[in-house]
Amino acid sequence: METIYLDHISATPLHPEVKRAMIDYLSTGFGNPVSQHHIGDAALEALEGAREEVAKLIKANPQELVFTSGGTESINHAIKGVAFAGAKKGKHIVTSNIEHNAVLKSLRMLERMGYRVTSVPVDGFGLVNPDDVKKAITDETVLVTIMHANNEIGTVEPIGEIGGITRERNIPFHCDAVVSAGVVPVDVEEMGVDLLSMAANQFYGPSGVGALYIRPKTEIWPLLDGGMQENSHRGGTHNMVGIVGMGKAAELAREEMPQRTEHLLQLKTAFLDGLGFIDEIIVNGHPTQSLPNLASISVSYVEGESMMLLLDEQGICVSTRSACASGSLRASHVLLSIGRDYAEAQGTLVFSFGITNTIEEVERALEALKNVVATLRKISPLYRKKEER
Amino acid sequence: MYSEIVMEHFKNPRNVGRIGDADGIGEVGNPVCGDMMTITLRVKDDRIEDIKFETFGCGAAIAVSSIVTEMAKGKTLEEAFKITNKSVVEKLEGLPKNKLHCSNLGADALHQAIMDYYERKGGRAGRKKRQRGKVEPLEKPEGHCYCPYCDAELPEEVPTCTLCGKPTEHRHE
Repeated sequence: METIYLDHISATPLHPEVKRAMIDYLSTGFGNPVSQHHIGDAALEALEGAREEVAKLIKANPQELVFTSGGTESINHAIKGVAFAGAKKGKHIVTSNIEHNAVLKSLRMLERMGYRVTSVPVDGFGLVNPDDVKKAITDETVLVTIMHANNEIGTVEPIGEIGGITRERNIPFHCDAVVSAGVVPVDVEEMGVDLLSMAANQFYGPSGVGALYIRPKTEIWPLLDGGMQENSHRGGTHNMVGIVGMGKAAELAREEMPQRTEHLLQLKTAFLDGLGFIDEIIVNGHPTQSLPNLASISVSYVEGESMMLLLDEQGICVSTRSACASGSLRASHVLLSIGRDYAEAQGTLVFSFGITNTIEEVERALEALKNVVATLRKISPLYRKKEER
Repeated sequence: MYSEIVMEHFKNPRNVGRIGDADGIGEVGNPVCGDMMTITLRVKDDRIEDIKFETFGCGAAIAVSSIVTEMAKGKTLEEAFKITNKSVVEKLEGLPKNKLHCSNLGADALHQAIMDYYERKGGRAGRKKRQRGKVEPLEKPEGHCYCPYCDAELPEEVPTCTLCGKPTEHRHE
């Protein structure tokens, strides 16, 4: 059975060149970049080379980047680090209703410590209204955190406009760009962000490594106290093999972004066009302001996990946002925020495409989806009731 | 994630459909909880002659429905009423902890269908069974959920399970 991997939002496969760079480093390098002898210097050179590449990808200066263990750490660091540092000024944070759990749970932790959080709503496409952010800001606000692109529906938020507002009010602005950095253009100046989180496994780099951009003069406490690594922002010996991989992945993402985007958009368009053959499907997210590699659909009368499992039986890997599959049995807050009801949220699948996918694979996935939906609707009491009406 | 037998029943569910003109109908769950099951019975001489199910739900929910119908088919009503969520889970060689509530739904749907049969027939037996089975009314608007970690029934929105004390993260909206 041939695998058709359409779950690039969960993790991307390593690019062969990234893998080669990592193996090369693994077989020769072992030094600690903090050491002052020549073995340490060799590691330092690799570290700074990677930092330069990651910085170029988001149009930042290399010294503004901190390597982390991935998107979750970057987000935790940005939110908690800035909130702790700003506590003397105030304890209010502004966010949106559709953030990732890493953001939501960091904020929930801060709420337990006495911080207040205002969460702005989104429209039916999942877009934040910058005016709402403006209105939510108070004199006590010490941080605004809004995601660049949503990981469930792909909508890309108007970060530049929000950045203009936070700059005017002189409030630190963190942007969770974990699923967008390396996929769509990210420019920390144009976006007006003070902090930006990213992860290598979203752009064909390894899992377990990410970065946090910190604009100079941003007041932030470390999350991991330890040595003087990363400008004293993050203690701990570097994950050098991962960092080297992230550097190579960033270099390739920057160089190949136009071609990759064109290819991904072709796949996404073919997928969305092909959905017409299945009735009662809702396409979630914004039709144009969205990631080129993600399509979220809510299929009426059937449940997501069962669709996902039957697709997997045919070798096709996708994600589901159904409550049943979530562990917490809770319907996705993102889907509820954009107006899906519980049953629709239950039938939601996320297809996320990658640079090695082909149009033929998308067509085969569509054919399989069509059959899976028909099979499950046949045993669905909701579908029968609808037919009877 | 699932045992082989769960996947087998999920992929090849037995007794799918709906008996027209059924002698007993059980319908439990709602889309808020994530699962909805309907079981229909044909009863002859106090024995389940035929049984069919329809399910909106995850892999576990479909497998549970399938195996419940298989376990109940051919049994007397008395025997079938003794099928519990525990015996369903055992037969499926276990379910992930957060899926145990699916097994409750299966047994509930079956019990409700049996009670519906008694109710239609009338008589004391039906009323007695209803008390024993503790089954919720069919179209209860707030739904009917269970702790995702143990199989305790949670009648109201509670932040932690009343039995195992774990955070339930349940919602009734």
